[in-house]
Amino acid sequence: MSAHLTYEESKKRVFFGLYLLAGVTAVEVFISLLAKGHIIEGLHEYLWVLYAGGLIIGVLSAYKAYFIVFEFMHMRYEVKGLAMTVLLPTLLLVWAVIAFFQEGSSWKNRRELIKDKNAKPAKEQVAPKQQGHLHTKDIYIPTGILG
Amino acid sequence: MAATDTAMDPHVDAHHHENGEDWSGGKEPFRISYGKLMMWYFLVSDAFTFAGFLIAYGALRFSSPSWPVPDFVFKTAPFGIDNVPLGFVTLMSFLLIISSVTMVRGVQEGHRENKKGALIWVLLTALGGLGFLSCQAWEWTNLIATEHMSVTRNPFGTHTEHGVYLNPDGSESKETFINGKGYLIHKFDPAHAGGESHGEGHGGEHVAYEKGDHPGYFMDAQGFVHRKFKVTEGADAGKVKMEEFGPRAFGALFFFITGFHGFHVLTGVLILLIVAINIASGLYVERRNGYEMVEKIGLYWHFVDLVWVFVFLVFYLL
Repeated sequence: MSAHLTYEESKKRVFFGLYLLAGVTAVEVFISLLAKGHIIEGLHEYLWVLYAGGLIIGVLSAYKAYFIVFEFMHMRYEVKGLAMTVLLPTLLLVWAVIAFFQEGSSWKNRRELIKDKNAKPAKEQVAPKQQGHLHTKDIYIPTGILG
Repeated sequence: MAATDTAMDPHVDAHHHENGEDWSGGKEPFRISYGKLMMWYFLVSDAFTFAGFLIAYGALRFSSPSWPVPDFVFKTAPFGIDNVPLGFVTLMSFLLIISSVTMVRGVQEGHRENKKGALIWVLLTALGGLGFLSCQAWEWTNLIATEHMSVTRNPFGTHTEHGVYLNPDGSESKETFINGKGYLIHKFDPAHAGGESHGEGHGGEHVAYEKGDHPGYFMDAQGFVHRKFKVTEGADAGKVKMEEFGPRAFGALFFFITGFHGFHVLTGVLILLIVAINIASGLYVERRNGYEMVEKIGLYWHFVDLVWVFVFLVFYLL
């Protein structure tokens, strides 16, 4: 706790923290259930509700993380240099989240593309460049090459 | 230290120092002890480990066409409670938040050199951690023993189409479902005459299932009953399909990530108990450093709570 706070004030601040974190968690659970249609029937059929709910919950969780680090772990009262050496490296994670989630959706899209192409009749398929692990029946051989 | 001063940092004039002067040696430029500084940097590295796990979870979830619905998977609780989505895990979150608050109180009392106060709050914190671990033990037991989830098998799936379930004889039942609805593939337990190993979800039917392919269901070699259903809308309308196991990675991700977090909680409880013994023995009075060890375990404990914020977010809320 800050040097500017008396013992009584810091005690109060701790229990304020309890109500804040518990309250925010309760709100998060409420929004999660709301967006998935448990509280108002049928609401989950709107995709934007699900995304909006997810976004709000994400922001609230980030706020909880901020509160824990800055109040409970006293980061607010540490020297700026210390705070920077701890917080700046974690900013790298922002990029990791964006990059790997993008990568994840790309895996999905590619799998679907392959599934779609496999479902097409053979003559509409494009010749595969590599024939490494394919079964003979899967290999497209353009007519004319083998005479 | 004065009774009213609960500052972590006795150098209140930290910001008045000129830049550079702090780094000329013989001082602590970050105005923090070596032990606390290294605890911070350990936590940074641990944050990256957890982030690696959670980002892997996110990437695999994004790469999967369907994913188990958390409010369907996590709706059971002890004492037969079977239909309170997220209820039990919310209780677990509250336990961890409360234990974080008791930890802050322990650190404060340590600063005041209040031996009895610090001891009580540290023990209460350990108790909160034990409560959390007990809840997790129940959750895991339920998932493994009752619902038959493992690191390589995930009986929780999600429908990607609208449809209607078939009765065991192949006729259409009255049980319909919509796209996005979760299901659990039950394991047939012959010991419960004419029932399933897990009573819910089958509309109260009691059928003696048999292995092999049947008009209304397929029971695999391990006894899992994959119910068949008829698609009612979309490109495949009219086709009969059966429930497939959900994305395999779900079980592995769940057990490894919550297990890794639970292991942190367990470690924290053990260290808290050691710290409690040392408080009681008067060791920290001898050290005359404002119970700094309580602060260090405090940092670790808050971090465990911090990680749970994100585990809770990605596994249960989203």
